[in-house]
Amino acid sequence: MVHIVKRKEMPLPRAFAIRAGIIALALVMCGIVTMFMTGLNPIDVYATMFKGSFGSSRKIWILLQEIALLLCVSLALTPAFRMKFWNLGGEGQVLAGALAAAACMICLGNSMPGAALIAVMFLASIAAGALWAAIPAFFKAKFNTNETLFTLMMNYVATQLVAYYTIVWENPKGSGTIGIINQKTQNGWLPIVGGNKYLLIVIVAVLLAVFMYVYLNYSKQGYEISVVGESPSTARYVGIKVSRVIVRTLIVSGAICGLTGFLLVSGSAHTLTTALAGGRGFTAVMVAWLAKFNPFIMFGSSFLLEFMESGGREISTIYGLNQSFGNILTGIILFFIIGTDFFLTYKVVFSKKEGKENA
Amino acid sequence: MAKQQPAVSLRGISKSFGRVQANNNVDLDIYRGEILALLGENGSGKTTLMNMLSGIYFPDSGHIEIDGKPVSIGSPKDAFNHGIGMIHQHFKLVNVFTATENILLGLNQKGKFDLVAAAQKVKDICDAYGFNVDPNQKVYDMSVSQKQTVEIVKLLYRGAEILILDEPTAVLTPQETDKLFAVLRNMRDDGKAIIIITHKLAEVKDISDRVVVLRKGEYVGEMTTAEATPQQMTNMMVGRQVSLNIERPEPEMKYRMERIRVKNVTVKSREGITKLDDVSFSIYTGEILGIAGISGSGQKELLEAIAGLQPVESGSIEYNVDDHQVEELIGMDPLKIAEMGVVLSFVPEDRLGMGLVGSMDLTDNMMLRSFRKGLSPLTDRREPRHLAELVVDELEVSTPSVTTPVSKLSGGNVQKVLVGREIAAAPTVLLSAYAVRGLDVNSSYIIYDLLNRQKGNGVAVVYVGEDLDVLLELCDRILVMCEGKVSGIVDGRTTTKNEVGLLMTKLGGGEA
Amino acid sequence: MLSFLVSFVPRAVTQGIPLLFGCTGEIITEKSGNLNLGIPGVMYVGGICGVIGSFFYERSLGGAAINPVLGILVPLLCCLLGSLIMGLVYCFLTVSLRANQNVTGLALTTFGVGFGNFFGGSLVKLSGADVPSIALSSTSKLFRAQLPFASSLGGFGAVFLSYGFLAYVAILIAVGASYVLNHTRVGLQLRAVGENPATADAAGINITRYKYVTTCVGCMIAGLGGLYYVMDYANGVWSNDAFGDRGWLAIALVIFTIWRPALSIPASILFGGLYILNLYIPIGKDLAVKELYKMLPYVVTIVVLVFSSLRNKRENQPPESLGLPYFRENR
Repeated sequence: MVHIVKRKEMPLPRAFAIRAGIIALALVMCGIVTMFMTGLNPIDVYATMFKGSFGSSRKIWILLQEIALLLCVSLALTPAFRMKFWNLGGEGQVLAGALAAAACMICLGNSMPGAALIAVMFLASIAAGALWAAIPAFFKAKFNTNETLFTLMMNYVATQLVAYYTIVWENPKGSGTIGIINQKTQNGWLPIVGGNKYLLIVIVAVLLAVFMYVYLNYSKQGYEISVVGESPSTARYVGIKVSRVIVRTLIVSGAICGLTGFLLVSGSAHTLTTALAGGRGFTAVMVAWLAKFNPFIMFGSSFLLEFMESGGREISTIYGLNQSFGNILTGIILFFIIGTDFFLTYKVVFSKKEGKENA
Repeated sequence: MAKQQPAVSLRGISKSFGRVQANNNVDLDIYRGEILALLGENGSGKTTLMNMLSGIYFPDSGHIEIDGKPVSIGSPKDAFNHGIGMIHQHFKLVNVFTATENILLGLNQKGKFDLVAAAQKVKDICDAYGFNVDPNQKVYDMSVSQKQTVEIVKLLYRGAEILILDEPTAVLTPQETDKLFAVLRNMRDDGKAIIIITHKLAEVKDISDRVVVLRKGEYVGEMTTAEATPQQMTNMMVGRQVSLNIERPEPEMKYRMERIRVKNVTVKSREGITKLDDVSFSIYTGEILGIAGISGSGQKELLEAIAGLQPVESGSIEYNVDDHQVEELIGMDPLKIAEMGVVLSFVPEDRLGMGLVGSMDLTDNMMLRSFRKGLSPLTDRREPRHLAELVVDELEVSTPSVTTPVSKLSGGNVQKVLVGREIAAAPTVLLSAYAVRGLDVNSSYIIYDLLNRQKGNGVAVVYVGEDLDVLLELCDRILVMCEGKVSGIVDGRTTTKNEVGLLMTKLGGGEA
Repeated sequence: MLSFLVSFVPRAVTQGIPLLFGCTGEIITEKSGNLNLGIPGVMYVGGICGVIGSFFYERSLGGAAINPVLGILVPLLCCLLGSLIMGLVYCFLTVSLRANQNVTGLALTTFGVGFGNFFGGSLVKLSGADVPSIALSSTSKLFRAQLPFASSLGGFGAVFLSYGFLAYVAILIAVGASYVLNHTRVGLQLRAVGENPATADAAGINITRYKYVTTCVGCMIAGLGGLYYVMDYANGVWSNDAFGDRGWLAIALVIFTIWRPALSIPASILFGGLYILNLYIPIGKDLAVKELYKMLPYVVTIVVLVFSSLRNKRENQPPESLGLPYFRENR
């Protein structure tokens, strides 16, 4: 018979070894799957993926920027998750921020000096993202409305809103897209820092990670978030206003998502499409969760997922396959890592059946 | 009886949870036609041992024999098949199901699934034993004693031969307990084997034929009930000579003043059910006011209303700062109450669910009430750490360090941390709900002592309890609640258990 | 008005059927205490597996006439198998390994949508076929076959009889699920597992088996929704991302129907109607406004969520242990 019992605490090196082992196993599994699809041997698979991610300094910088953007969204969701508020609305909150930024660029692009415009865009994006998150938070706080589905639906509302404005601001007419905004004037574009157009976003993400770490672990608000997340009745018992903390935390969460939208529009894409958020809102949930909501470990988990994504893209490009290949690999990796915790907290014991051991 | 074949034999049973050794090499025999009391302090492994008999847990080592044959009980289903049924302390009932649906659960009889016929059979059993249960009533509409009855009917419906009851009287009035015991004696005379888990000596004397004592997960001995004295049983349970007397110093009358006056307070739950009905009483400085009642009679709501956690329908709760200044507490939340300068400490019933945060360490739990201090947006953990160290030292909390999450501590230590924090605030009012629930004798006495010291300091102490013997020994006055009403306030020094017991029921409530 | 209904209702129904499959599947899954956010992925996998099956079957014919039985059975079984595997992955992670249900579900959706789009976009290339895209018209005809006399019955025929057989299967499954949940021993025990697994366990019910079986069956039902969409609604043409967010709407519908499969029949059709309402609202030349009308199903879902959180009757609450893993020896 098989029985499952809780482990005594596991020493850290061993836990780390188990995690590393399982990730390695997952990578092998991904290699095998890729082999079936493409006929490459697993070593070539990873060589190709590696080349796709690190093949040139441009590729490395793009990878870094993608990691940074994913990290921003993950950091944004983290305070909500610490409060056990399942914010699946990162996608919509990013889009709301992006929409606000694009609106400022398009409507105020010619009437304001560049620096002022960027400041207005920054504030507008943060406000829009915060608003998008505050709506479900308000109903959660007031009526305990299911936030998982509410935030999810807000994604699609945001998508449709963006679709609406894509048609309104269509440029040139008939293209079905907005095109590059302010291409000539570059008004509202984030400046290039250090001679590298990707660097600024990376810096913002690192600063954000440090801020979030301090906010969650050392600030009074962070402490309140933890108490509310662990036990709302304890929070009420010590006089923490649970509803207020929920709304406030989601405003923080949404604001950072909005900021990411701003970075996307102003610092990278310079346009607005319904696919601009690119599924980061969902991937970020897993990045944050895999890192146990620790901002610094998120560097690692977002690297892992972005590496699979860009490697998968490289393989699909070379073999003329669909770009979604990366998602399959990501899914496989996730399944493995999600299962890991079990082996750290429980152990399986085999015992003889029907008490044969009695003398 | 000794020559008879045991119905169940446990041999060398051991079980551990992570680092905690719950049972160690326990041997135990149970015979048909007897009621066996399994006695031990909280945490002595009684429930774990019985859970292995009922298939909830599986032993790490050792084996079980039924009627002399070795068996393996790997699941509750195996237990049923061997005629073993257990009534758990936390009832295993589905709230949104009716009594009949709950009773049918897990029964895989052949033939048509017929709820109507089953309800009739349930009714027949109820009629035969004089139980008052409507087979079609939903469990969430039932009182605790009705739920317990459903559990008993469930076992009878299945024809269980070996019945285990885990602290069945904890939720019953003395009168309901008598009724339950009569039913159990009936079943014993039918030739069933009955095990009752308890830590109340009076019950052991009253109901059992034989008593087995566990301590720290180990079998320490057994006695024929008729020949055992309470002192003997306690010594065996605790492992050393203990005094069973709780101190009760006379209240200091010199500074005595009315601290809190509760007037005509009515509270309704979110569903609109009346939880407190026109409650009025006063709490004085330097006394321990006991609150007795069947659990769920409004004790929780009453304390929470005073602490500012429960919206109040009508009435008033006045706090006398001194003879001249009176503050109204209704409409205030805990924060506002504290800002008014009222130091009101509250040890709630649900320690980890309400009083503490289980996943946080001792230090972080110490700052739950004080973390807002200061203007900095960042928290300051120095003072809370000192307080945590102080509490650990003074109350002998057994913990690896002050950075251990409190959920890893044992029940008694968790309670010490909570009480320690609440007392450190130097309160003027100390509300406590079931402060010694789940604690061993030693820890319980530490808590009684702490409460008495607060009383000596002039604090108005409220002690909501469930063990009438303790209430009668500890409290200066006892307020008895019944279905949300105050059914009487009696003097702790002169009242009797029977008087309080009657007040706890509807019958006595009217006459008070 | 009548002619409006005759044209509107059948389209609402065909839009609603995938939702109905997804919703019924998720309801029974949730009744076992598993909140499966992987349903959108499962529906993609169900659809694409059916497509893969019938793609290879149609190619193996090499121009010969399609065998109607195999033409339906092959995609059907492939669809069920694919969805079943998804269900097993979910159960293995959440039930056996006690992983977080939300995260597992999201990973399953990431994987499933990727899987669908990848094979949808690469199947032709991978199989070395010389066709420009996947168009399974002969299989689709089988799935869309109506009763021969349906079209001769005018409005009645259009509203009630104009659908492929899977639409009726969806309704039968919903009715059947409703019966099993409320009137059988299995249903009673299943509900107990979702409400209070510790109690069900103590009563001798095999929690693991119930969770596995219901979640897998739920996934297979949901997978049929994907199959219906591509074979019937989309005429056998797979286009990437066309299925869209219907999976999420199906999950939202579960709350709308307060966990009652019978209620999910009208609810799904209602939502199907909302999905296509923008086609029936005169908007003039302004194409942009149409995008705003497409928000309708989501906005209505949000309104429904808020309203359903306002009612607090005991029977209308989600299963009490929804989303929580169960471990007997937890303490």
